Amino acid sequence: MQRVIIALLAGIIFGAGLVLAEMVNPIKVQGFLDLFGNWDPSLILVMGGAVTITLLSSRFILRRTKPILADRFHTPVRSLVDRRLILGAVLFGIGWGLSGYCPGPGLINAMINPTEAMVFIPALIIGGWIGQTLSAS
Amino acid sequence: MLEKLPMTALYGGVLIGLSATMLLAFNGRIAGISGILYRLLFSHLDAYERSWRLAFLVGLLAGGYMLLPIEFELRKGYSSLLLACSGLAVGIGTRIGNGCTSGHGVCGIGLLAGRSIIATLVFIVSGIITVTILGSFTG
Repeated sequence: MQRVIIALLAGIIFGAGLVLAEMVNPIKVQGFLDLFGNWDPSLILVMGGAVTITLLSSRFILRRTKPILADRFHTPVRSLVDRRLILGAVLFGIGWGLSGYCPGPGLINAMINPTEAMVFIPALIIGGWIGQTLSAS
Repeated sequence: MLEKLPMTALYGGVLIGLSATMLLAFNGRIAGISGILYRLLFSHLDAYERSWRLAFLVGLLAGGYMLLPIEFELRKGYSSLLLACSGLAVGIGTRIGNGCTSGHGVCGIGLLAGRSIIATLVFIVSGIITVTILGSFTG
């Protein structure tokens, strides 16, 4: 139960961060990706802020033998850079650029721009299911 | 260019980093939104595995809701075809690539995972190319 409350709080902080940082504004995200056009660099601060925190904290956290409330760390075990990873990242980048939405901001946009979210979110879920099927085969 | 660097972007980023830190330190889990969503939707999970993922996503929406209304202008009249293709590509891509901006970009790089560093570079470059091509069509 404690761990579910932690997950809820982590979700709340994450969602608040995405809105505060304006990651939920697809025009801003596309502006960040528009490097050769009217470039808007502010998302560097979002990524920079987030990664600075995780880089610093991960050093301390992983010194522990286990998490505070669980019996082990579920950190990624795979280290191989394979075709699937690259193909997936290429596809994700294409999708990200086409709309300006990645998954988190896409979900939150159900409350901000429902007209776009009602197209994006079902397509995201169908895409995830197709990817799941491809991965299983 | 500097006036385009609002401090709220940095504060928002710090909150995202703190959220990922909290989930890793207490629960030992990665705050990767696409993975959390797909596991919840497509995997057979026991009650705890289902509940924490659901709680995280409910929290994500609630946390976003707390800071509404937003101050930026809403995009109107954007092509539904582009939105649908985008959703499909993001869905397939993040599933077969095992992560999105949060899982690879924030958590994975924080853990200095080589796969995540490569994936993040690739999806940013791919996004830049896409927006550049899109811009040449729409002006």
